[in-house]
Amino acid sequence: MRVAGKGLLDRSSSVPFTFDGVRYAGLEGDTLASALLANDVLLVGRSFKYHRPRGILTAGSEEPNALVTTGRGAGRDPNVRATVQELYEGLEARSQNRWPSLRFDAMAINDLAAPFLGAGFYYKTFMWPRAFWEKIYEPVIRRAAGLGALSGIANADRYERAHAFCDVLIVGAGPAGLMAALVAGRAGADVIVADEDFRPGGRLLAENDSIDGMSGSAWVQGVQSELAAMDNVRLMTRTTVVGAYDQGTYGALERVGHHRAHRPEGLPLECFWRIVAKRTVLAAGALERPVAFRDNDRPGIMMAGAVRAYLNRWGVSPGKAVTVFANSDDGHRTARDLLEAGVHVAGVIDSRPDAPKAADFAVYRGAQVCGSSGRRGLESITIRTLSGEQRVQSDCLAMSGGWNPTLHLTCHMGGRPRWSPDIAAFVPVEGAVPGMVAAGACNGAFSTAACLQEGVRAGREVLSQLGLAAPDVELPVADDAEAGLQPLWAVPGKGRAWLDFQNDVTVKDVNQAAAENFHSVEHMKRYTTQGMATDQGKNSNVGALAVLADATGRSIPETGTTTFRPPYSPVAIAALGAGAQDKGFAPERFTTSHKASVERGAPMIEAGLWYRPSYFPAPGETTWRQSCDREVGMVRQAVGICDVSTLGKIDIQGADAGAFLDFVYANTFSTLKVGRVRYGLMLREDGFVMDDGTTARLGECHYLMTTTTAAAGEVMRHLEHVHQLLRPELDVAFASVTEQWAQFAVAGPKSRALLDSVLDAPLDPVEWPFMACGPVSVMGVNGRLFRISFSGEHAYELAVPARYGDSLFRMLVARAEALGGGPYGMEALNVLRIEKGFITHAEIHGRTTAFDIGMERMVATRKDCIGKVLSQRPGLLDPSRERLVGLRPVGAVKQMVSGAHLFEADAEAVRQNDQGYVTSVCYSPTMGQMLGLGFLKGGPDRYGETVRMVDHLRGIETLCVVVNPVFFDPEGGRVRG
Amino acid sequence: MRITCPICGERDRREFYYRGAALDRPDPEAGQEAWDDYVYLRDNPAGRTRDLWYHDAGCGSWLVVERDTVSHAILNVALALDADA
Amino acid sequence: MAELIARSPCGGLLPLTIGELSLTEEPPEPMTLIMPFRGQTGAVSKAMTAAHGLGFPEPGRIAGEGDAKAIWFGRGKAMLVGVEPDRSLTGLAAMSDQSDAWAVVRLTGPQSEAVLARLVPVDLRAPVFGPGQTVQSQVMHMTGSISRIGAQAFRIMVFRSMAATLVHDLKTAMEAVVARR
Repeated sequence: MRVAGKGLLDRSSSVPFTFDGVRYAGLEGDTLASALLANDVLLVGRSFKYHRPRGILTAGSEEPNALVTTGRGAGRDPNVRATVQELYEGLEARSQNRWPSLRFDAMAINDLAAPFLGAGFYYKTFMWPRAFWEKIYEPVIRRAAGLGALSGIANADRYERAHAFCDVLIVGAGPAGLMAALVAGRAGADVIVADEDFRPGGRLLAENDSIDGMSGSAWVQGVQSELAAMDNVRLMTRTTVVGAYDQGTYGALERVGHHRAHRPEGLPLECFWRIVAKRTVLAAGALERPVAFRDNDRPGIMMAGAVRAYLNRWGVSPGKAVTVFANSDDGHRTARDLLEAGVHVAGVIDSRPDAPKAADFAVYRGAQVCGSSGRRGLESITIRTLSGEQRVQSDCLAMSGGWNPTLHLTCHMGGRPRWSPDIAAFVPVEGAVPGMVAAGACNGAFSTAACLQEGVRAGREVLSQLGLAAPDVELPVADDAEAGLQPLWAVPGKGRAWLDFQNDVTVKDVNQAAAENFHSVEHMKRYTTQGMATDQGKNSNVGALAVLADATGRSIPETGTTTFRPPYSPVAIAALGAGAQDKGFAPERFTTSHKASVERGAPMIEAGLWYRPSYFPAPGETTWRQSCDREVGMVRQAVGICDVSTLGKIDIQGADAGAFLDFVYANTFSTLKVGRVRYGLMLREDGFVMDDGTTARLGECHYLMTTTTAAAGEVMRHLEHVHQLLRPELDVAFASVTEQWAQFAVAGPKSRALLDSVLDAPLDPVEWPFMACGPVSVMGVNGRLFRISFSGEHAYELAVPARYGDSLFRMLVARAEALGGGPYGMEALNVLRIEKGFITHAEIHGRTTAFDIGMERMVATRKDCIGKVLSQRPGLLDPSRERLVGLRPVGAVKQMVSGAHLFEADAEAVRQNDQGYVTSVCYSPTMGQMLGLGFLKGGPDRYGETVRMVDHLRGIETLCVVVNPVFFDPEGGRVRG
Repeated sequence: MRITCPICGERDRREFYYRGAALDRPDPEAGQEAWDDYVYLRDNPAGRTRDLWYHDAGCGSWLVVERDTVSHAILNVALALDADA
Repeated sequence: MAELIARSPCGGLLPLTIGELSLTEEPPEPMTLIMPFRGQTGAVSKAMTAAHGLGFPEPGRIAGEGDAKAIWFGRGKAMLVGVEPDRSLTGLAAMSDQSDAWAVVRLTGPQSEAVLARLVPVDLRAPVFGPGQTVQSQVMHMTGSISRIGAQAFRIMVFRSMAATLVHDLKTAMEAVVARR
């Protein structure tokens, strides 16, 4: 219920929202959790395993219980922490993991079966029969135990990524972080302050303390305005720094749209920041830990710090008769705050025998809470004192077992924290993350005064490391009392006492793990699932560790901690993949003929990042094969046009260009005449084929290399590698010119006739023999012409500056059509090259050598080149290797499949008898049958032999005769014609 | 991870392509063993290592990066070739 | 007689205005990649100064402020923009015509830094990246050249074939930045 006169809220506002369909109203400044408490909604969820009723435990992102689902349809967001979700008008929230309703959950039967569901129950219970696991046990367990569910609908919400850079990153805007920000900001450093809350201040907003004579929130406001006036300081609220990475890189998640009732178009839901900081101040505060006692998970039992936060920041009292259970002065502090706000305090149970007394509330010194009762929420607690047990009526118990520094980020690069017996908690080790300094509560300094002081110290430290002069900063006056904690982890007794609320792990489970010899903390964690829920055990790991230490007779530092890993708090996969949705996944590369191809109805297929036409359907054609067969015939009989701009083109210039090419290619290029083109084979240093293509000599010191579409980037990197590392003495420079030129293949017997109609001067057959190249003028535009062929036909490739690509393509296609030809796509291109036995990356797939593809004679004998030495290894020149052959079907079955394997005709088709495989197949309209290329043991030595092709996946078997891979025009008369 | 390119300054790892150990290419006549070492055999040190990175989405320099595989510290970055070649 | 028609890389995609941000395509102009031959950087710079009034740029810099500019374009590379390279450079540097190879856009507006912070993993804020500075880096998944050409204006270049993706990525970031206000 709301308490008059308290809280940092707009009391005049009214923000309607629903929870499980019921309408409520909260105030501006509320979280969903504070608004639910203000409306006396205590039961908010069911536990993961036992389906126990659960209420709100904390007031921060560490919340284990109050996970809800917000939104509807595709925008449905499961496992939202009610303590983080800001209230907005129309917010719809629903409870999770219950059926049919939150108040009556059928699966609560699990709670009665608890004796059988302890640690490791599924390892023990669901062992046999094995087949049951997948079909019965797992689905049942998954339904019974769980969190919220995704909608299953593609989510159109935008997620964004962004980069930020600063001198000093300050993680947390509590007293320590704000002081560090003031110091660094006044010094002129470039500062980012990131805080996960929507309002800076940290615990200063939650406590009743004064700083410099004013309220904590008033002091924060002052600092905030000073920081806001500094251009060099950026305050990022709603931003959780979730991970620390190498060289000062941090990951941070900003909640951009979750708190808005109306999201403007284009607004991302979340932004994932990569922040690069020269120095970092970690001022992440501390998290309060519960005490384990019987039935300590009943709704109404909350962290004492959370009770104070709801009271002081949100003006809400979670109960009418509040009891407090603590092992430090935080118990008294909580009772005082409640009393001051007019809330009845039914007693403070302080486990310390020497706890202070109080005049205005009952203090049970040296006492412990050993049980709770109530149907759906807390009604009474049981207190154990030296004189026995007694019940106290209470609808809210505020508990505190001390505080754990939020040191997670200091451990993200392998650092291990150190145990500090003074505060009975782990503290960070200095230098665990290079460039990071911890300050304040996360460094084990808990009082407000200590936090302020540590903030100044850390600010000064990073400034001095950055070589900046520290300004004078006056330390504000604040409370510096120590809490006087005496450790208490678990209250002994029967029944179940919860450690990990989110994964339903109890003291019993940890003891059982220890009894079954899971002594290592990492083993105990996995056996019990302690700390493995979405909250990563933020409020339970240290307690569980203490229980394990006790059970195994070791100290806590001896027992050690589990590993802290990023992210600090949950991050949606969508946020990690931000920007990669839909068209953001990868760039699309379009050729200049793209539009014209799409207009002609060509289906576009991806070739790396490029889009290329598969085929160009003509009127009346209903299958791709009809189009493909027609296009092949067109090239063989008339003329075809194909965009080949996607092939990599690298301009190579310099006095040593020829020598350089001799070194990167297996064959020789320094001897190539100007105005001529040569096919080149590039090897990797291990002797296997890397890539192939043609290279033209445009001038004495000027070459143009062509790579395959797929390998363009790799070859460029390779050339730079060879030049910068292996042959730095060569005077050569290269540049990619792939995008400068639109290049079209003009292939077929009528290609010259077509070109003569677009070139400003007709082609002289004597000056333009096969493999000639040179400049041409295309309707007044300077172009380049190469007489090369990937189809085996008399063919050219004509290149013009890309701006004219669209226009030239349309013109070439129109003129080709007038000659009985037209455009052809990738399917026809593939058929044309298979008919000629030309290879692509289907054949040079990284495991084939020059010898395997029958090109060993191309490897020059007189020079050194990349791959030369290792290509000569005996094993790579063994005639029994799998070598390139052609295959034609000869039996009753005529179908061939690439990827199928080859066997001797009468051998069993098993791995031991494998003789090779098929790499490329096509239906050849020219030959009137299917053709295949493949690799067969012994290769060319077996021409004429019949082998069996077997596709085990599709169940296809075809008898094939082994032939020379050049199926069509083996003499090559057409290409020279 | 950040690598300080001698030409471009400190940049995100995503701009770089990783190749592997920085080794000298043997003479063609160095023999099978030397070539085998160069192409196939690699140390897997816990500690200092020297490897080649290419500033792919940057200036296009090949870099020799000395780093520590345990602490992830980057100890030195040098151009494989002097910038003014 | 038939004639070849020139088309620009971003034809039909730009201009674009979102809030106070605007994205336009730069008009076509000559672009030549200049790569000095071994030991010739000094001579190239001299020849460029004599012919074009600008030297070979230092890494990360743009030489020249008028119509002719030389944008540093990577190790030993500069893109001469706005003017055809002078003949005196022949023999001193490898030269490659790139006039058609790039989609070139201009992003202007008070939040243009914020837009680029969503796409480019380099600090492009004014104090560290002022007018006359340039980087080779990534624009989302593409490699590209980003130059500051004014207090609130950037020139962004990626390969011509990726023009549509460039516009898509910039538009998405522009919308997000504008929607935040």
